[in-house]
Amino acid sequence: MVENRPVLRFLRHAVLIAGVACVAFPLWVTFVASTLTLEQILSVPMPLVPGDQFWNNYSQVLFAGSTRGAQAPVGQMMANSLVMALSIAIGKIAISLISAFAIVYFRFPFRMFFFWMIFITLMLPVEVRIIPTFKVVADLGILNSYTGLTLPLIASATATFLFRQFFMTIPDELAEAARIDGAGPMRFFRDVVLPLSRTSMAALFVIQFIYGWNQYLWPLLITTDESMYTVVIGIKRMIVGGDALTEWNLVMATAMLALLPPALVVVLMQKWFVKGLVETEK
Amino acid sequence: MEKRVVFRSSWLPYALVAPQIAITVIFFFWPAFQAIYYSFLLQDAFGNSTQFVWFQNFKDLFRDEAYRSSFEVTAVFSVLVTFVGLAVALALAVAADKVVKGALAYKTLLIWPYAVASAVAGVLFAFLFAPSVGIVSFALRAMGVDWNWVLRGDQAMLLVVVATVWKQISYNFLFFLAGLQSIPKSLIEAAAIDGASPVRRFWTIVFPLLSPTTFFLLVVNIVHAFFDTFGVIDATTQGGPAGATQILVYKVYYDGVKAADLGSSSAQSVVLMAIVIALTVVQFRYIERKVQY
Repeated sequence: MVENRPVLRFLRHAVLIAGVACVAFPLWVTFVASTLTLEQILSVPMPLVPGDQFWNNYSQVLFAGSTRGAQAPVGQMMANSLVMALSIAIGKIAISLISAFAIVYFRFPFRMFFFWMIFITLMLPVEVRIIPTFKVVADLGILNSYTGLTLPLIASATATFLFRQFFMTIPDELAEAARIDGAGPMRFFRDVVLPLSRTSMAALFVIQFIYGWNQYLWPLLITTDESMYTVVIGIKRMIVGGDALTEWNLVMATAMLALLPPALVVVLMQKWFVKGLVETEK
Repeated sequence: MEKRVVFRSSWLPYALVAPQIAITVIFFFWPAFQAIYYSFLLQDAFGNSTQFVWFQNFKDLFRDEAYRSSFEVTAVFSVLVTFVGLAVALALAVAADKVVKGALAYKTLLIWPYAVASAVAGVLFAFLFAPSVGIVSFALRAMGVDWNWVLRGDQAMLLVVVATVWKQISYNFLFFLAGLQSIPKSLIEAAAIDGASPVRRFWTIVFPLLSPTTFFLLVVNIVHAFFDTFGVIDATTQGGPAGATQILVYKVYYDGVKAADLGSSSAQSVVLMAIVIALTVVQFRYIERKVQY
């Protein structure tokens, strides 16, 4: 603290509290709306204190689904989102780990060529190759399947870079010692590299879990079967156009369910989250 | 940078890179190649016959009024998202930088929106601002604002900007905070001893030293506004009213999936690819400089 100015300190807290309030207001309204009846919401303005429909609304969306628009139970959608988020996070970490290992610890023809191929995927987000990617997935017959939802999103330049950077910092002496002791590359990978990479893996997992859970465009394209909807898609499909026609209480309960798992991951694993965010951008 | 100690095997490294390369080729390179190929084709309305038309799709595209206005919409949208988002986040980060009591609580309460999917953020704001039932619309009407984003283009744009900024603040905040905390305290103390006021110190010392972070966030936010905001748009305005919020990415999707205009959609994909490549190059050249910094 350079100097003590009570006015400035007051101002700082005021700015922060205003910021926190603006950030939290949509969440509060969403939560309140998810505990009201539809009639209460439609009688403008809706109350800003929670109602008594919490269990009714949440149990209805979780086990039965809404009655207009998408009608699949949200419990099923959340299971789909969970499978998708976990497969993408674990898959990305696994294939990036081994490809970075190969690129750092071996010399082989086309090594840099492969490295650049992985790098270029950064420049080809799904958004710019929507139709052809959809066609490839359709030709492979994996529309409406977990494979189709996850496999095309598993390649990751950022994760490969992150592990490559990290492997570069592992002292050469470790590899030397392993070789002198007669350990092969895979033994070295399992007993030295993997344990050392644990923190990077945890940080990456948090970021990629959120990435996988929040995917929107891709599942929107390839899931037509309601039982394969992820929860983010499900919410969108529950809004049927026209303010008064949408069952906002159920949509808002679903929104709470959709944002709670990733938000909990961020809040509870904050240290890993910040580390992952900063490192994947290096 | 290369490792001095390496292992030897004729097949193992290939086996290790194989999964990543296979996915890259099948789901990235092949479709990208096809997008380029389709962009030179013209398909008739029934999809029965196609002919090779060279750059006709691109010519039609740039002559198309709707596409040019989509460019404008994207530019306005990304500039607004970037500047509003950075300004708000910087104010919050500066306030949080020197706070001792409750620093962790503030931080936690400000970063969680990162976890909210774009589409979900869109739904939350669509509800808050819903013309007839939304609570914010109610407040706006009470203040005499004629609020209806379903009909008015400028208000629709405002809505998607607010939703995007809300979601993006946490990211910008974290990077600004890290940037502020890496500025040496001695510089600020020296300026304070020389009698510089806190405002003066901010503009002459803190802000210039923060410029690498600001520039990095500028690029990241533009990329985000261009490519990761599909969910916000689709969950709220769906490009409307009358194309007022139809950003380029949404138009590719709409023309390709809803209107099934393969040639035009592919040509748009190719244009977008060029934009991503340009932005990525800018980002990486800059980051290389930062490493030496």
